[in-house]
Amino acid sequence: MSEEMRNRFASVTNELLDTNERVAIVLADISGDKFKEAQQKHPFRRINVGIREQLLINVGAGMALADMRPIVHTFAPFLVERAFEQVKLGFAHQGVGGVLVSIGGSYDTPAYGRTHQSTGDVALMATLPGVRIQVPGHPDEVDRLLRNAVASTDIVYIRLDATTNSAPHAAEDGRLKVVRQGADGTPTIIAVGPMLDRVLEAAEGMDATVLYTATVRPFDAAGLRKHMTDDSVAIIEPYLEGTSAGVISAALADRTHRLLAIGVPNIEFRQYGSIEHHDRAHGLDAAGLRARIESWLTPVAA
Amino acid sequence: MNDNTHAATLDRPPPQAYTYADLSRLMSYMTGDEKHSASATSTLDVLWVLYDRILRIDPAHLDDDARDRFLLSKGHGPMAYYAILAAKGFFDPKLLRRWCRPDSPLGLHPDRNLIPGVEISSGSLGHGLPLAVGMAAGLRARANPARIFCLVGDAELDEGSNHEAIAVAPRLVRGLDALTVIVIDNQSSSLTWPGGIAKRFEVEGWSTATIDGRDHASIESALTEPHRGRPRAVVAVVEKKS
Repeated sequence: MSEEMRNRFASVTNELLDTNERVAIVLADISGDKFKEAQQKHPFRRINVGIREQLLINVGAGMALADMRPIVHTFAPFLVERAFEQVKLGFAHQGVGGVLVSIGGSYDTPAYGRTHQSTGDVALMATLPGVRIQVPGHPDEVDRLLRNAVASTDIVYIRLDATTNSAPHAAEDGRLKVVRQGADGTPTIIAVGPMLDRVLEAAEGMDATVLYTATVRPFDAAGLRKHMTDDSVAIIEPYLEGTSAGVISAALADRTHRLLAIGVPNIEFRQYGSIEHHDRAHGLDAAGLRARIESWLTPVAA
Repeated sequence: MNDNTHAATLDRPPPQAYTYADLSRLMSYMTGDEKHSASATSTLDVLWVLYDRILRIDPAHLDDDARDRFLLSKGHGPMAYYAILAAKGFFDPKLLRRWCRPDSPLGLHPDRNLIPGVEISSGSLGHGLPLAVGMAAGLRARANPARIFCLVGDAELDEGSNHEAIAVAPRLVRGLDALTVIVIDNQSSSLTWPGGIAKRFEVEGWSTATIDGRDHASIESALTEPHRGRPRAVVAVVEKKS
């Protein structure tokens, strides 16, 4: 799997540890080798709790209660799913912030199987009021989103992925950005994070507006309303299908609209292989996306 | 984030010398009865000694960064905690009579965003001690010498999250010696702790003591015993939960 985003996360975090004495990194073994030097330089602010994810989250939350700005990091299923009550109570219910950074995406390590895959992480994190969820699509976006997250006081979840777009696009303020403007009266397609390049490929030759965002919570409802030029909107997300369908429907509650939500299907997919194999199997490669979007846009006889 | 709509009712009362003898009456504001079951008061003596003799917390300066931190992890049955906070001037004892009403800051589990002096919101078991470990690590990282005290129950120790914290605390920076855990042992753990609770801490490198949880002098001396380089665990044994 591509290590670009993870490496950028590590280099920015190491820099922030050097320059901001309120920043701490809390680890559960994973990625420990990327913070070896920090262990010598900042022994009180580089904490590894071993393979103990409940403690990982609550040590981060406890540090936040002591006015530190913790960055808490491990594989997505262990960071978000394994100890979710700790995230809910340690951060959200106490009313303190922190930066949670995951690696592994939905299936960045397909050969590891379901135990190391998390498609539901964003949906789960989205149940916490006020949380910011960032799904960067390029290492440069990781850089900026991580710095912004550390500078804020919010609970921020940053989801790193092995797949990256050829160029960074994320808007500074988390708003939807127009990547390709369609004619008036054409559909709108929203690409989230690492899905952008393949969405552009799938929409080649289609008359449609393509929007991009790395910020899925809070969702830019006003931006969507502004950019839509007909009643059809599709969202393509690299995690559980339908995760953002609710916020889009809410944004368009007063309008007649058609919504296509594409993401990873909610199934136990018991195959190994490569990321590309999983993309194809789930219809999340460019050809699969194009087929689903075209069929959605084709009027069905009544 | 801390939208405190109760500010008007949370004015601290004028200084008034409440004693240990007043606590039963203060608790009766909530329970409606001067007689309290042993389980409702299992924490009473330890909490009183903490707030009366140990903790350096000034209710008039709750944002003082150097204050000691007390974390009630075992958020169940908070009557004794509320009575003592009221007795020590953290809020008006009149509030006790209105507990659990919709607009009361006092619920069956304490909320740090609603009650002055409450450091963590608790209720779900097994969160306070891991948070205390993080808090101790955070204060140490900031070179803040404040002490951290955390109260848990013996049945609460059933939660595995505690054991992650017990294993790690002594091995973090300088043995996290600002941290003291008090286990109220009213023998309510369903499967019990063969060999004793203190053993679980001792084997991981904690300084430990097992004492009579009703004896104020023992509680005070156990909580003031030096434990340089190691966190401290004090098991305070009280009557078995009926």
